[in-house]
Amino acid sequence: MPVEVRLPTVLRQHAGGQASVQANGGTVGEVLEDLVRQFPATRGQVITEDGTLHKFVNVYLNDDDVRYLDKLDTKVGDGSVVSILPAVAGGAG
Amino acid sequence: MTLYTSVLDLIGDTPLVDVSGLSPAPRVRILAKLEGQNPGGSVKDRVALAMVQEAEKEGALRPGQTVIESSSGNTGIGLALVCKVKGYPLKIVLPTNVSIERRQLLETWGAEILDSPGTEGSNGAMRLAQRLAAENPEWWFPFQYGNAANPKAHYEGTGPEIWRDCPDVTHFVAGLGTSGTLIGAGRFLKERNSTIQVWAIEPPPGEMVDGLKNFDEGFVPPVFIENNGYELLDRKMIVGPRESVEWTRRLTDVGVLAGISSGAAMAGAAKCAGQIEEGVVVVIFADGGWKYLSTGAWTDDIDQVTERAKRIIYF
Repeated sequence: MPVEVRLPTVLRQHAGGQASVQANGGTVGEVLEDLVRQFPATRGQVITEDGTLHKFVNVYLNDDDVRYLDKLDTKVGDGSVVSILPAVAGGAG
Repeated sequence: MTLYTSVLDLIGDTPLVDVSGLSPAPRVRILAKLEGQNPGGSVKDRVALAMVQEAEKEGALRPGQTVIESSSGNTGIGLALVCKVKGYPLKIVLPTNVSIERRQLLETWGAEILDSPGTEGSNGAMRLAQRLAAENPEWWFPFQYGNAANPKAHYEGTGPEIWRDCPDVTHFVAGLGTSGTLIGAGRFLKERNSTIQVWAIEPPPGEMVDGLKNFDEGFVPPVFIENNGYELLDRKMIVGPRESVEWTRRLTDVGVLAGISSGAAMAGAAKCAGQIEEGVVVVIFADGGWKYLSTGAWTDDIDQVTERAKRIIYF
């Protein structure tokens, strides 16, 4: 089923400038694979060549970081939103 | 009553207060640790004091030496207090988009403020401080993101205090910045009871990530990586500005005037409570609300406040 994938600024240039795209899959990993299928220039950026998440990328299912759910096997459902964000030094005090 | 010889002796030992009146689950208690009760007004007083004391002990910081650090406010304010009392000149690299009170407090305790572009957020301030510290090796740069004294302050202070006051704790919820609170207190609590869950709450990165050229420019705090943060955390969730402000307001219903990041943490604690049948959630309120009065967080239209919150750093 299609889910919304929100892209960070650094990926938009590889997706026709879009901030949000539709992708298919039953898990977060499948959704990210479909993203690469649609936009080949994103290959290797979110998922590295060894099949794991890039260390400076966080992927969220709705508001939850998938690293602490079932990682790339985290199931997505109707109306899910998958967000890809760079890991940065946050609002640390 | 106790007589204290220095204001620095007032750091730590903060109160834990029951805010279960706001819990969505009748059998889940929520207890908030009010870090705003520290003399500099935030949880970061603990970290500032610990980093300075450790450096003094190691000889990395000598009398009268200049200190430089990046901060979106609270660490800077904590350091400003500690450095004022101990006589160290202090420079703080501060993003321009923080509340006016944060800036005023830094100036109050004599810190020199070096501006960093607001659009680059804490990330940009950190990079600038790293560069300036490298160019001026005679300065001492604590680097809170990579300083072992940061999580240690929570391992030896915050964590034991929670365990002393509430050994029934089942879930520990705190905001994620440097990760010092979660790593230090979280590890201490899990060592006492391995079933305790540790939940991290973070703000959306907002516009500060727009300037990144690629993912390799990202950053994960060394404090997090070196302490196996990926193993320690059980959940990590984003709470947005509107929800943060809503919960910050709700907290006043139980009499608590807390900062906006505390509203975010409380939103996370409420989500946690909503997902378990029973338990005791301990949540860290990193600072009080005083520093955010100028943002109109409690008094202005919620839509306006939310828009304003998107443009300032409140974590």
